[in-house]
Amino acid sequence: MTMTDNNRDKAVGQEKPMDSGAARNRKNDVKPAKLGREVQARLGQQLRAVYDDVVSQGVPDRFVDLLKQLDNKDNKDRS
Amino acid sequence: MPIDDAVRQQILDTIPSLRAFAISLCGNVDRADDLVQETMVRAIANIDSFQPGTNMSAWLFTILRNHFRSEYRKRRREVEDADGHYADSLKSQPEQHGHIEFREFRQALSQLPSDQREALILVGASGFSYEEAAHICDCAVGTIKSRVNRARNRLAEILHVRDGEDFGPDEQTRAVLAGSK
Repeated sequence: MTMTDNNRDKAVGQEKPMDSGAARNRKNDVKPAKLGREVQARLGQQLRAVYDDVVSQGVPDRFVDLLKQLDNKDNKDRS
Repeated sequence: MPIDDAVRQQILDTIPSLRAFAISLCGNVDRADDLVQETMVRAIANIDSFQPGTNMSAWLFTILRNHFRSEYRKRRREVEDADGHYADSLKSQPEQHGHIEFREFRQALSQLPSDQREALILVGASGFSYEEAAHICDCAVGTIKSRVNRARNRLAEILHVRDGEDFGPDEQTRAVLAGSK
Protein backbone atom coordinates (compact mmCIF):
# COMPACT_ATOMS: atom_id res chain seq x y z
CA MET A 1 0.00 0.00 0.00
CA THR A 2 1.45 3.40 -0.97
CA MET A 3 1.48 6.42 1.25
CA THR A 4 -1.11 8.16 -0.92
CA ASP A 5 -3.58 5.30 -0.61
CA ASN A 6 -3.03 5.20 3.09
CA ASN A 7 -3.77 8.91 3.43
CA ARG A 8 -6.84 8.63 1.33
CA ASP A 9 -8.13 5.80 3.48
CA LYS A 10 -7.58 7.88 6.56
CA ALA A 11 -9.34 10.88 5.12
CA VAL A 12 -12.28 8.78 4.02
CA GLY A 13 -12.34 7.04 7.37
CA GLN A 14 -12.58 10.36 9.18
CA GLU A 15 -15.52 11.52 7.18
CA LYS A 16 -17.32 8.24 7.35
CA PRO A 17 -19.29 8.54 10.63
CA MET A 18 -20.93 11.80 9.61
CA ASP A 19 -21.68 10.69 6.07
CA SER A 20 -23.25 7.40 6.95
CA GLY A 21 -25.27 9.07 9.71
CA ALA A 22 -26.68 11.59 7.28
CA ALA A 23 -27.43 8.90 4.74
CA ARG A 24 -29.22 6.87 7.38
CA ASN A 25 -31.40 9.79 8.45
CA ARG A 26 -32.21 10.59 4.89
CA LYS A 27 -33.17 7.01 4.28
CA ASN A 28 -35.47 6.91 7.31
CA ASP A 29 -37.14 10.18 6.40
CA VAL A 30 -37.73 9.66 2.72
CA LYS A 31 -38.07 5.97 2.20
CA PRO A 32 -40.01 4.10 4.89
CA ALA A 33 -39.00 0.51 5.48
CA LYS A 34 -40.89 -2.01 3.41
CA LEU A 35 -44.16 -2.76 5.17
CA GLY A 36 -44.26 -5.98 7.09
CA ARG A 37 -47.02 -8.53 6.72
CA GLU A 38 -48.59 -7.54 10.00
CA VAL A 39 -48.95 -3.90 8.93
CA GLN A 40 -50.30 -4.86 5.52
CA ALA A 41 -52.80 -7.17 7.17
CA ARG A 42 -53.96 -4.45 9.58
CA LEU A 43 -54.34 -1.87 6.83
CA GLY A 44 -56.18 -4.35 4.65
CA GLN A 45 -58.51 -5.23 7.49
CA GLN A 46 -59.42 -1.58 8.14
CA LEU A 47 -59.84 -0.87 4.45
CA ARG A 48 -62.26 -3.78 4.04
CA ALA A 49 -64.13 -2.77 7.19
CA VAL A 50 -64.74 0.73 5.81
CA TYR A 51 -65.75 -0.68 2.44
CA ASP A 52 -67.92 -3.49 3.78
CA ASP A 53 -69.71 -0.99 5.98
CA VAL A 54 -71.25 0.40 2.79
CA VAL A 55 -71.61 -2.98 1.06
CA SER A 56 -73.63 -4.30 4.00
CA GLN A 57 -76.26 -1.62 3.36
CA GLY A 58 -77.36 -3.73 0.41
CA VAL A 59 -79.25 -2.34 -2.57
CA PRO A 60 -81.23 0.84 -1.78
CA ASP A 61 -84.80 0.77 -3.12
CA ARG A 62 -84.11 3.60 -5.58
CA PHE A 63 -81.84 1.31 -7.58
CA VAL A 64 -84.30 -1.58 -7.65
CA ASP A 65 -86.96 0.85 -8.93
CA LEU A 66 -84.58 2.40 -11.41
CA LEU A 67 -83.71 -0.98 -12.88
CA LYS A 68 -87.41 -1.81 -13.31
CA GLN A 69 -87.97 1.56 -14.94
CA LEU A 70 -85.03 1.13 -17.31
CA ASP A 71 -86.18 -2.39 -18.14
CA ASN A 72 -89.68 -1.17 -19.08
CA LYS A 73 -88.29 1.69 -21.12
CA ASP A 74 -86.04 -0.78 -22.88
CA ASN A 75 -89.06 -2.93 -23.74
CA LYS A 76 -90.99 -0.02 -25.21
CA ASP A 77 -88.02 1.26 -27.18
CA ARG A 78 -87.52 -2.06 -28.83
CA SER A 79 -91.10 -3.07 -29.54
CA MET B 1 -86.30 -7.64 -25.64
CA PRO B 2 -86.23 -7.22 -21.84
CA ILE B 3 -83.01 -7.24 -19.89
CA ASP B 4 -81.90 -10.81 -19.42
CA ASP B 5 -82.76 -12.08 -15.92
CA ALA B 6 -79.22 -13.23 -15.24
CA VAL B 7 -77.85 -9.88 -16.36
CA ARG B 8 -80.33 -7.99 -14.19
CA GLN B 9 -79.31 -10.08 -11.20
CA GLN B 10 -75.63 -9.48 -11.89
CA ILE B 11 -76.25 -5.73 -11.97
CA LEU B 12 -78.16 -5.84 -8.69
CA ASP B 13 -75.45 -7.97 -7.09
CA THR B 14 -72.81 -5.41 -8.05
CA ILE B 15 -74.62 -2.33 -6.73
CA PRO B 16 -73.53 -2.54 -3.05
CA SER B 17 -69.88 -2.78 -4.03
CA LEU B 18 -70.30 -0.16 -6.74
CA ARG B 19 -71.67 2.27 -4.14
CA ALA B 20 -68.72 1.61 -1.81
CA PHE B 21 -66.33 2.31 -4.67
CA ALA B 22 -68.24 5.46 -5.69
CA ILE B 23 -68.14 6.80 -2.12
CA SER B 24 -64.41 6.20 -1.98
CA LEU B 25 -64.00 8.12 -5.24
CA CYS B 26 -66.05 11.20 -4.47
CA GLY B 27 -66.28 11.18 -0.67
CA ASN B 28 -69.96 12.03 -0.60
CA VAL B 29 -72.80 9.53 -0.29
CA ASP B 30 -75.41 11.54 -2.22
CA ARG B 31 -73.04 12.26 -5.07
CA ALA B 32 -71.94 8.62 -5.01
CA ASP B 33 -75.53 7.39 -5.36
CA ASP B 34 -76.04 9.76 -8.30
CA LEU B 35 -72.89 8.32 -9.85
CA VAL B 36 -74.23 4.79 -9.41
CA GLN B 37 -77.56 5.81 -10.94
CA GLU B 38 -75.87 7.43 -13.96
CA THR B 39 -73.71 4.32 -14.30
CA MET B 40 -76.79 2.07 -14.40
CA VAL B 41 -78.47 4.23 -17.04
CA ARG B 42 -75.34 4.08 -19.19
CA ALA B 43 -74.91 0.36 -18.62
CA ILE B 44 -78.49 -0.47 -19.67
CA ALA B 45 -78.26 1.82 -22.69
CA ASN B 46 -75.12 -0.06 -23.76
CA ILE B 47 -76.07 -3.50 -22.51
CA ASP B 48 -75.52 -4.93 -25.99
CA SER B 49 -71.82 -4.22 -25.68
CA PHE B 50 -71.61 -6.35 -22.55
CA GLN B 51 -70.46 -9.86 -23.38
CA PRO B 52 -72.34 -12.46 -21.33
CA GLY B 53 -69.96 -14.60 -19.36
CA THR B 54 -67.47 -11.78 -18.84
CA ASN B 55 -67.05 -9.93 -15.58
CA MET B 56 -70.13 -7.75 -14.99
CA SER B 57 -68.73 -5.98 -11.94
CA ALA B 58 -65.50 -5.02 -13.75
CA TRP B 59 -67.63 -3.69 -16.62
CA LEU B 60 -69.80 -1.56 -14.31
CA PHE B 61 -66.80 -0.33 -12.31
CA THR B 62 -65.16 0.77 -15.57
CA ILE B 63 -68.26 2.72 -16.64
CA LEU B 64 -68.54 4.38 -13.23
CA ARG B 65 -64.88 5.30 -13.10
CA ASN B 66 -64.85 6.75 -16.62
CA HIS B 67 -67.98 8.74 -15.91
CA PHE B 68 -66.56 10.04 -12.64
CA ARG B 69 -63.30 11.01 -14.34
CA SER B 70 -65.00 13.01 -17.06
CA GLU B 71 -67.22 14.74 -14.48
CA TYR B 72 -64.19 15.34 -12.30
CA ARG B 73 -62.30 16.98 -15.15
CA LYS B 74 -65.27 19.26 -15.77
CA ARG B 75 -65.58 20.12 -12.12
CA ARG B 76 -61.87 20.72 -11.68
CA ARG B 77 -62.28 23.91 -13.67
CA GLU B 78 -64.80 25.01 -11.06
CA VAL B 79 -63.17 23.59 -7.95
CA GLU B 80 -59.49 24.37 -7.81
CA ASP B 81 -58.32 21.76 -5.32
CA ALA B 82 -60.31 18.63 -5.95
CA ASP B 83 -58.57 16.49 -3.33
CA GLY B 84 -58.92 19.26 -0.77
CA HIS B 85 -62.56 19.48 -1.71
CA TYR B 86 -62.86 15.75 -1.17
CA ALA B 87 -61.26 15.99 2.27
CA ASP B 88 -63.60 18.85 3.19
CA SER B 89 -66.66 16.93 2.13
CA LEU B 90 -65.53 14.08 4.37
CA LYS B 91 -65.11 16.38 7.35
CA SER B 92 -68.46 18.04 6.87
CA GLN B 93 -70.43 14.82 6.60
CA PRO B 94 -68.95 12.32 9.03
CA GLU B 95 -72.34 10.88 9.95
CA GLN B 96 -73.12 9.89 6.41
CA HIS B 97 -70.11 7.65 6.38
CA GLY B 98 -71.36 5.33 9.05
CA HIS B 99 -69.42 4.26 12.09
CA ILE B 100 -67.30 6.75 13.92
CA GLU B 101 -64.44 4.31 14.53
CA PHE B 102 -63.54 4.36 10.87
CA ARG B 103 -63.16 8.13 10.83
CA GLU B 104 -59.42 8.18 11.35
CA PHE B 105 -58.87 5.63 8.63
CA ARG B 106 -61.18 7.48 6.24
CA GLN B 107 -59.35 10.70 6.89
CA ALA B 108 -56.06 8.97 6.09
CA LEU B 109 -57.57 7.48 2.95
CA SER B 110 -58.78 10.91 1.86
CA GLN B 111 -55.22 12.22 2.00
CA LEU B 112 -54.01 9.80 -0.68
CA PRO B 113 -53.71 10.98 -4.27
CA SER B 114 -56.86 9.86 -6.09
CA ASP B 115 -55.11 7.42 -8.44
CA GLN B 116 -53.47 5.66 -5.49
CA ARG B 117 -56.71 5.59 -3.53
CA GLU B 118 -58.71 3.99 -6.33
CA ALA B 119 -56.01 1.38 -7.00
CA LEU B 120 -55.87 0.42 -3.33
CA ILE B 121 -59.66 0.16 -3.07
CA LEU B 122 -60.04 -1.92 -6.23
CA VAL B 123 -57.36 -4.41 -5.20
CA GLY B 124 -57.59 -4.27 -1.41
CA ALA B 125 -61.34 -3.97 -0.88
CA SER B 126 -63.31 -4.69 -4.07
CA GLY B 127 -61.32 -7.87 -4.58
CA PHE B 128 -60.21 -7.32 -8.17
CA SER B 129 -56.98 -8.83 -9.41
CA TYR B 130 -54.16 -6.48 -10.43
CA GLU B 131 -55.01 -7.29 -14.05
CA GLU B 132 -58.69 -6.41 -13.61
CA ALA B 133 -57.83 -3.20 -11.74
CA ALA B 134 -55.42 -2.24 -14.54
CA HIS B 135 -58.18 -2.82 -17.07
CA ILE B 136 -60.66 -0.71 -15.06
CA CYS B 137 -58.15 2.14 -14.66
CA ASP B 138 -56.90 1.79 -18.23
CA CYS B 139 -53.24 1.52 -17.23
CA ALA B 140 -50.45 -1.07 -17.00
CA VAL B 141 -50.49 -3.81 -14.36
CA GLY B 142 -47.14 -2.54 -13.05
CA THR B 143 -48.63 0.92 -12.59
CA ILE B 144 -51.44 -0.50 -10.44
CA LYS B 145 -48.95 -2.49 -8.36
CA SER B 146 -46.82 0.55 -7.71
CA ARG B 147 -49.84 2.72 -6.88
CA VAL B 148 -51.09 0.12 -4.40
CA ASN B 149 -47.65 -0.09 -2.78
CA ARG B 150 -47.32 3.66 -2.51
CA ALA B 151 -50.84 3.92 -1.11
CA ARG B 152 -50.09 1.31 1.58
CA ASN B 153 -46.83 2.97 2.56
CA ARG B 154 -48.45 6.38 2.77
CA LEU B 155 -51.36 5.03 4.86
CA ALA B 156 -48.97 3.33 7.27
CA GLU B 157 -47.09 6.60 7.56
CA ILE B 158 -50.20 8.71 8.21
CA LEU B 159 -51.63 6.22 10.71
CA HIS B 160 -48.23 5.47 12.32
CA VAL B 161 -48.71 1.73 12.03
CA ARG B 162 -45.71 -0.55 12.13
CA ASP B 163 -45.07 -4.17 12.95
CA GLY B 164 -45.35 -4.77 16.68
CA GLU B 165 -45.95 -1.69 18.82
CA ASP B 166 -47.43 1.44 17.33
CA PHE B 167 -45.10 4.11 18.70
CA GLY B 168 -42.06 4.90 20.80
CA PRO B 169 -40.02 1.86 21.74
CA ASP B 170 -40.23 0.46 18.25
CA GLU B 171 -38.89 3.68 16.77
CA GLN B 172 -36.00 3.64 19.22
CA THR B 173 -35.29 0.00 18.59
CA ARG B 174 -35.20 0.64 14.89
CA ALA B 175 -32.78 3.53 15.37
CA VAL B 176 -30.50 1.36 17.52
CA LEU B 177 -30.62 -1.49 15.02
CA ALA B 178 -29.92 0.86 12.15
CA GLY B 179 -26.94 2.30 14.08
CA SER B 180 -25.41 -1.10 14.78
CA LYS B 181 -25.24 -2.15 11.16
